[in-house]
Amino acid sequence: MTTLLSYDDAIAAFDPAMGLEVHVELNTATKMFCGCPTEFGAEPNTQTCPTCLGLPGSLPVVNRKAVESAIRIGLALNCGVAAWCRFARKNYFYPDMPKNFQTSQYDEPIAFNGYLDVQLEGGEVFRVEIERAHMEEDTGKSTHVGGATGRIHGASHSLLDYNRAGIPLIEIVTKPIVGAGARAPEVAKAYVAELRELIKALGVSEARMEMGQMRCDVNLSLRPHGREKFGTRSETKNVNSLRSVERAARYEIQRHAAVLTSGGTIVQETRHFHEEDGSTAAGRIKEEAEDYRYFPEPDLVPVAPSREWVEELRAGLPELPSVQRKRIQADWGLSDHEMQSVLNAGAIELILATIAEGADAASARKWWMGELARRSNEDGIELAALPITPAQVARVAALVAEGSLNDKLARQVIEGVLDGDGDPDTVVEKRGLKVVSDEGALGSAVDEAIAANAAIADKVRGGNLAAAGALIGAVMKTTRGQADAKRVRELILERLAAQG
Amino acid sequence: MSLLRKSAAELAAMLAAGETTSVELTQACLDRIAAVDGAVHAFLHVDAEGALAQAAASDARRAAGTPASELDGVPIAVKDVLATQGLPTTCGSKILEGWIPPYDATVVARLRAAGLPILGKTNMDEFAMGSSTEHSAYGPTHNPWDLDRIPGGSGGGSAAAVAAFEAPLAIGTDTGGSIRQPGAVTGTVGLKPTYGGISRYGLVAMANSLDQVGPVTRTVLDSALLHEVIGGHDPLDSTSIDQPLPALVAAAREGASGDLSGLRVGVIAELRGEGYQAGVQQRFDEAVALLVGAGAEVVEVSCPSFAHALAAYYLIMPSEASSNLARFDAMRYGLRVVPDVAKNGGSPSAEDVMRATRDAGFGDEVKRRIILGTYALSSGYYDAYYGQAQKVRTLISQDFAAAFELADVLVSPTAPTTAFRIGEKLDDPLAMYLNDVATIPANLAGIPGLSVPAGLAPEDGLPVGFQVLAPALADDRLYRVGAALEALLEKQWGGALLDQAPALEGAVR
Ligand SMILES: [Zn+2]
Repeated sequence: MTTLLSYDDAIAAFDPAMGLEVHVELNTATKMFCGCPTEFGAEPNTQTCPTCLGLPGSLPVVNRKAVESAIRIGLALNCGVAAWCRFARKNYFYPDMPKNFQTSQYDEPIAFNGYLDVQLEGGEVFRVEIERAHMEEDTGKSTHVGGATGRIHGASHSLLDYNRAGIPLIEIVTKPIVGAGARAPEVAKAYVAELRELIKALGVSEARMEMGQMRCDVNLSLRPHGREKFGTRSETKNVNSLRSVERAARYEIQRHAAVLTSGGTIVQETRHFHEEDGSTAAGRIKEEAEDYRYFPEPDLVPVAPSREWVEELRAGLPELPSVQRKRIQADWGLSDHEMQSVLNAGAIELILATIAEGADAASARKWWMGELARRSNEDGIELAALPITPAQVARVAALVAEGSLNDKLARQVIEGVLDGDGDPDTVVEKRGLKVVSDEGALGSAVDEAIAANAAIADKVRGGNLAAAGALIGAVMKTTRGQADAKRVRELILERLAAQG
Repeated sequence: MSLLRKSAAELAAMLAAGETTSVELTQACLDRIAAVDGAVHAFLHVDAEGALAQAAASDARRAAGTPASELDGVPIAVKDVLATQGLPTTCGSKILEGWIPPYDATVVARLRAAGLPILGKTNMDEFAMGSSTEHSAYGPTHNPWDLDRIPGGSGGGSAAAVAAFEAPLAIGTDTGGSIRQPGAVTGTVGLKPTYGGISRYGLVAMANSLDQVGPVTRTVLDSALLHEVIGGHDPLDSTSIDQPLPALVAAAREGASGDLSGLRVGVIAELRGEGYQAGVQQRFDEAVALLVGAGAEVVEVSCPSFAHALAAYYLIMPSEASSNLARFDAMRYGLRVVPDVAKNGGSPSAEDVMRATRDAGFGDEVKRRIILGTYALSSGYYDAYYGQAQKVRTLISQDFAAAFELADVLVSPTAPTTAFRIGEKLDDPLAMYLNDVATIPANLAGIPGLSVPAGLAPEDGLPVGFQVLAPALADDRLYRVGAALEALLEKQWGGALLDQAPALEGAVR
């Protein structure tokens, strides 16, 4: 059993340094070096060709769209973009790699020397420096059959699917992140979160970590306070959620600290993260350091993006998430706290889309952060996954604005949409949810209520306007909630004043 | 036999004139293969049925007045290193025994589109690693001039097929001389184009930055005709040059007039003298004198960096090859050897299978180069080996650039010696490697080179090759000079050099 030092004791004794390597699967229509489609979930080995199967004689051709995506990511990360760079072969044997080398980039990445500012809880901004972003191809997928856990150990045989082989990846590598101290795990999480938002804003990947479209390796090492040199690092592979990134960093800090304080040494190794308990475990021990024998890929000509193209791409960058957030917060007049809850709910894009469909900012935010956030919590699904579209929410808001619905009815309409009863107009129709706006009918309902509640009516007449609530409630009850409460109040006050 | 001795250009004319048919021609080649290939062993696979079907289709096009190209109906042999859909492709290796590619190399696709019936696949050193075709896992090819001798390599099969009149045309590949050196020792014409001039798509790579496909023929004009069919830009090969080919056939026809007035010919000082067989040197010098007689001006040029060419080549080539050959791991295609006993006990792992398959499937020369290349690319050695070799490559390009300031073409013997005996150098790889000393610089610099027959060495009566080199993209110059020299020499000989080759029918070895 691995012993851990308490987090506070670990931080009291050591400075952590982290290096984060994030792989992003691009959403190009075709693979990195061939014309095969990249759609997820196809029958195994149906999206392959001689090139991505590495058949003898096949040759790669670079996907221009992938290069464009890589440059845009680089620019958005404030990187320099290489005027000339090459692909390189990373040589190692593994059955899911068709050529037994991965076409990647080595000492000539397409983008280098950038930074990403990330905001921490409480508003502080931490700058994470970017070492490089480079292009490469994904490997195929192995499935081990017959073993207890789907692992290779104990399996009777393995199945190989090369549909994923050759899908374009961008690997983004940070410089060592130092100086975060106790907040290192939080910085790691915030960085990956910010990077994910950036990638999504660029539209180069959906960056869904649970689908492996974005994968993070966490490298971590410690040094005793006051010492210059960091110790040996561990490399925790494929940490595939934001929460896990934070937990993995935290766990490794505690584990390293325990080893170091007990006089042990950290082994340079690959570790795997365990989602269940947040621990990491050593992977296969390597007998010797892996030598990938990198050399420039002779089948590809250098990538030399013209300055004009790079500038054109720079000019075409979308508003970046951090800038967008500031603008939105100001536009919507939100406090830091309100803004934070919008962000935490993952509602920004939904609210923006609802506004784009014609709703005003306040009502768009009100529905998404109110009724819909509640439903998302209740049902335990993400806001974006609720079966309602921004256009439908905007329609509900419009019905409220024109007075056809009041808030209570609107909530019922939304419920109907979520229950699959159709779009808002259909739900209104089906369920007969319409504000009673017939002044005659409403007037008699008000008169009835006043007659039935004479004592309360007297209080209102006497100047106790708060008492009108009970009368409004009575009217709403008789109209089964379908009256415009504001109008009901007006009518009640009108009548009682007139009689007074 | 008379039909078989005709050049491809002559056959094309006969087909156009209705004097023969593609089926007749293809059948004649197949009969010749049946008669002599037992002795020569130029072919690893003969596709009689497929070739005849393609020939019949060609005849139908001719009859309809819609031939697909000038060479429509002229049969061809293809080196077994090019992927051919539906036809075995072994690269001369056991590790690919039985592999039938699901796709055509671009060159093969262009041959099919131009209507050339494919007779079969020709023998070669395993994965093109060798200068003698002795390293084929399927046994050596024999030189039609003397069956006890090597036909050169790695494309010995293609050269021998053409020299033995089994095919009027063949396709070869040249990484360090594998088209030109077999051409030289079999008395045939072999051309390596400018790097990027002919698509590599579907060529099973030995050394990607050096490999090129090219024509193997009996005449210079045939080479140009074939080059125009298979050459030109291919979007599937990123290193393919996106420019039209120069007018190659026109250059060959112009050269055949034998007038080289104004041409500056550079004799490379470093590619003569020590190590060059006397008869080879003699025929080379005589050929240079003929060029002078035709109006060319001869200058001597020096390329001092050539001294390091062989060393650089034997670092770059194995480095690239070691990586290229990694894919042969039994997981997806080709040979699979499952060992009885796993390395760590229990049932064999993927690694055990890979190890056993590669051990059984690769020959010694292939293993030697994989080990060399793996070592040269290793961390800590990369700069000293691969890195230095790339610098030599730059120096060689600079030498060529300087030489081409002084001369329009450069010339040298293609190979230092005539064909050696089978088995003679098998145990001495370094002696074998020296065979490519004159051809390798062109691969390192990416420039085009041509070998044309220069006669027979007096001491052994075996063919000598004359190499012409031109700057990148100037392949047409090779055809002009090659055709001129060919015309002048054939006037002296009173016919083609191959007319002096032994008849092979009934030959046994
Ligand atoms: Zn593909």
